[in-house]
Amino acid sequence: MMNKRYTISVFTENFIGILSRITLIFTRRGINIDGFTASESREEGIYRITIVVHTTEEQIIQLSKQIEKIIDVIKAFYYLDDEMVFQEIALYKIPIDNIDSGLEKVIRQHNARIISAEKDFVVVEMTGHKEETQELLEVLKDFNVLEFVRSGRVAVAKPMETIDKYL
Amino acid sequence: MNDSRIRGAEIVIKSLVAENARYIFGYPGGAIMPVYDALYDYMDHIQHILTRHEQGAIHAAQGYARVSGQVGVCMATSGPGATNLITGIADALIDSTPLVCITGQVASHLLGTDAFQETDVVGISMPGTKWNIQVRKVEDIAPAIAKGFHIARSGRPGPVLIDITKDAQTALGEFNYVPCLNIRSYRPYPKLEDSIIVQAANLINQAKKPYVLFGQGVILGKAEKALQEFLDKSGIPAACTLLGTGALSEDHPNYVGKLGMHGNYGPNILTNQCDVLIAIGMRFDDRVTGDVKRYAKQAKVIHLELDPAEINKNVKCEVAVLGDCRISLEKLTEKVEKRSHPEWIKAFRELEAEEKRVVVGNDLSPTKVGLTMGEVIRHINEFKSDDAILVTDVGQHQMVAWRYFEYKTTRTQVTSGGLGTMGFALPAALGAQLHDFNRQVICVVGDGGIQMTIQELGTIMQTQAPVKVVLLNNNFLGMVRQWQQLFFDKRYSFTELDNPDFIKIAEAYHFKVQKVGIRGDLRQAVAEMFVHEGPYFLEVVVEKEDNVFPMIASGSSVEEVRLS
Repeated sequence: MMNKRYTISVFTENFIGILSRITLIFTRRGINIDGFTASESREEGIYRITIVVHTTEEQIIQLSKQIEKIIDVIKAFYYLDDEMVFQEIALYKIPIDNIDSGLEKVIRQHNARIISAEKDFVVVEMTGHKEETQELLEVLKDFNVLEFVRSGRVAVAKPMETIDKYL
Repeated sequence: MNDSRIRGAEIVIKSLVAENARYIFGYPGGAIMPVYDALYDYMDHIQHILTRHEQGAIHAAQGYARVSGQVGVCMATSGPGATNLITGIADALIDSTPLVCITGQVASHLLGTDAFQETDVVGISMPGTKWNIQVRKVEDIAPAIAKGFHIARSGRPGPVLIDITKDAQTALGEFNYVPCLNIRSYRPYPKLEDSIIVQAANLINQAKKPYVLFGQGVILGKAEKALQEFLDKSGIPAACTLLGTGALSEDHPNYVGKLGMHGNYGPNILTNQCDVLIAIGMRFDDRVTGDVKRYAKQAKVIHLELDPAEINKNVKCEVAVLGDCRISLEKLTEKVEKRSHPEWIKAFRELEAEEKRVVVGNDLSPTKVGLTMGEVIRHINEFKSDDAILVTDVGQHQMVAWRYFEYKTTRTQVTSGGLGTMGFALPAALGAQLHDFNRQVICVVGDGGIQMTIQELGTIMQTQAPVKVVLLNNNFLGMVRQWQQLFFDKRYSFTELDNPDFIKIAEAYHFKVQKVGIRGDLRQAVAEMFVHEGPYFLEVVVEKEDNVFPMIASGSSVEEVRLS
């Protein structure tokens, strides 16, 4: 079976230890987590965890079931990339010394922006898919990127099903 | 002013009493002392069994839970007390045994400081528990215990752990126990779809060689009668897993035997000849399936199962009947045609005859000098009552006892199945016996396993639980030795034991004892054991290098089961 990139969307109660319980399911099976974000969902007190993994369909079904088996998990959905609208954010720290007029062009081309200018450096921000933020990183290397960080994925599902019916 | 508040420690005990817990199996220590102090005033309401090791406490709680169907309760202090529970927690999870484990924890201001006897037991027990929680406030104690009992006993049962800091135990709070009946994120009983029952019934009605495999789910779901009625009507032959044993009387005409690595010949071979395989409350463990790539590939599989995560986990099924198997079976019985399968059952009987000829005869009525484990079980069968409970440890004796003990009723088989925990039997037998002093509880154990928890002879002595301990002593870690013989060129690496005088040990614990080494004395010794009213220790010295057959070697297919 072919490995594909899947996103699991987990809705949980706000319970201490829930993140550990979820990640243990991946650890035990030797599956690497490519992205992980957690935040409160639309419903107060319900948390939404977005996990990105490369795996087979067979495995993703098992993983989702094992996650749902956790007492404080309300529901786990899994999606392929084309079943979601998703976004990641990346920050690039660039020293002032290296900046020339080329930077403006790069920022315009990639729809990025400078969100902070300090005495010694500027911080460029870009949101987009991993491929896009990665591409900008490659380009910005000419300007000597001091630091780079990319968030995990945030994603909403295209199917119209919501968590309400599981509450 | 009238203060109705009580200490958290007393709330723990009152909560357990509110849940009708009959026993606490436990061991005191620093961080749980307030609860033990509170217990002192409740000895008329709940009985505490002081084991000799926390592992003994949790296995005893498991034995009690497995026989009674109730939640087993055990208690330990923080640090080493808590970590000593872990083996039992893992065992209870994989064998779906309902337990509530309560551990003391250092005071909350010391958490994370490496305080004396501090360990992160919530972290350590996380992968082994169905649910766990740390309670740091007195007002959270009763709700946590209520939630714990609900989770432990509902759906697919399992162990929960509640870790309570010492300051929560000593703080004052109101006691108002509200049982937990619903948790919005937890659906223990999936809704059965009627259309699925129709699909399953159609498959069964069209089948020429249908075959039922049943597991512990039948017992946990109280579906024994529903299973029997389904088999009576459908006429389908049925075989059991290790933990499903006893769910159907072995006298039932459709019963054809046992599955798995050391199960029966026919039931394994014919798995690969049936056309519809109906798996009920079992999880296709690798010890049942052998090589899963060559397991029942010709068959359409119907899986009756409560836990959605078991569906298609090991074996893909055609029809998944998700739900309580008692209800599923009752509905299925309505829809299946009344039939019989005499030719198909005859195929099982023919292979059974071959197994008898090649294996069983030599096991039960040997002609060689050395005693076999099988003949000991044969004599136990002769004197035991129909509702006698067999508790076994792990290894050769476990497989032999399972193969030959005559199971007549449900909840008479207690063993460590999924985890294979040596040392399980002695404390589990104590727990089983405490459920009912009038039932016979026979603890069959090997010379390896008994030494892992032998200190629990002391707990049996103190409770005077009339457990009949039958030690089958071959001075070897027999199952490992068997594998070394068959798969490692007889390189007996660290499997031979220089054993103590077990009789002297048992006598020191004031057991009535007997040791048998020759065939002529065996029957009489077993008979005497059963007439003795109190705890009894019978050591039988058996042949050193006997093997358990049939056997499906690791990685082999079920149809490659060997008779020798």
